[in-house]
Amino acid sequence: MLLNQFLFLAAVLFCIGVYGVLARRNAVLVLASIELMLNAVNINLVAFGAYRHNIAGQVFALFVITIAAAEVGVGLAIVVLIFRNRASIALDDADLMKG
Amino acid sequence: MVAQNVVFGILAAVMVISAWKVVTTKNVVRAVLYLVVVLAGAGAQYLLLAQEFIFVVQVIVYIGAIVVLFLFGTMLTRAPIGRDVRLDNDQRWLAALTSLFLLGVLIAVLSNAFGDTHVNATSVQRTADVANSMFGPYLVPFEVVSVLLLAALVGAIAIARRD
Repeated sequence: MLLNQFLFLAAVLFCIGVYGVLARRNAVLVLASIELMLNAVNINLVAFGAYRHNIAGQVFALFVITIAAAEVGVGLAIVVLIFRNRASIALDDADLMKG
Repeated sequence: MVAQNVVFGILAAVMVISAWKVVTTKNVVRAVLYLVVVLAGAGAQYLLLAQEFIFVVQVIVYIGAIVVLFLFGTMLTRAPIGRDVRLDNDQRWLAALTSLFLLGVLIAVLSNAFGDTHVNATSVQRTADVANSMFGPYLVPFEVVSVLLLAALVGAIAIARRD
């Protein structure tokens, strides 16, 4: 197997995630797109770990998964709070800090 | 090796199509369920690279826990279950342009850097090696991450609770 086929797959997934973050206005779907990007990074880490025969890739991917779990927990709590205060989770409507 | 490449191709096609559906479908619940397919495909890729522990963690943490969190979030924010035409904002073309540009740059750089480097994933990286590494050289990051998880847990409860 080429190393590049995993790296290209991860690049495609990452760019789809970037598109989702920029184009979606539902906050839950923006968080889902961020998960796509984190998964692309994990594929990269694991592929490099297998290529170098080094356990560090797997360990760092585990750390990334942990951070992703923490991020989703806090992010969804914030989304629920925004919904409770403004009755909408469209990110276009959350523009209180706009001058 | 040929069989591995065929499996990789099938998985990659399924993952890319599902990821595209995650960011384009008009239905929030369906988008989260397509996310499950992408996460399972990533787990299968880890298995293809002979890294077993990360596959198990991917299934338990991502597909088991994070997707359930997403579905809870969808439910609590009373997202429309049917089709919703207002899920995208009006900068869709700009976003597509940005991500296509980023994809072009990444592909150019990667094919330049790792032209025909081969992965030889014949030796399985065992769970025992992961454990030795995590409780050996990576002990301090491991403890820091556990404190961070606790902080995130307390923070999520403090943010979301009704008072």
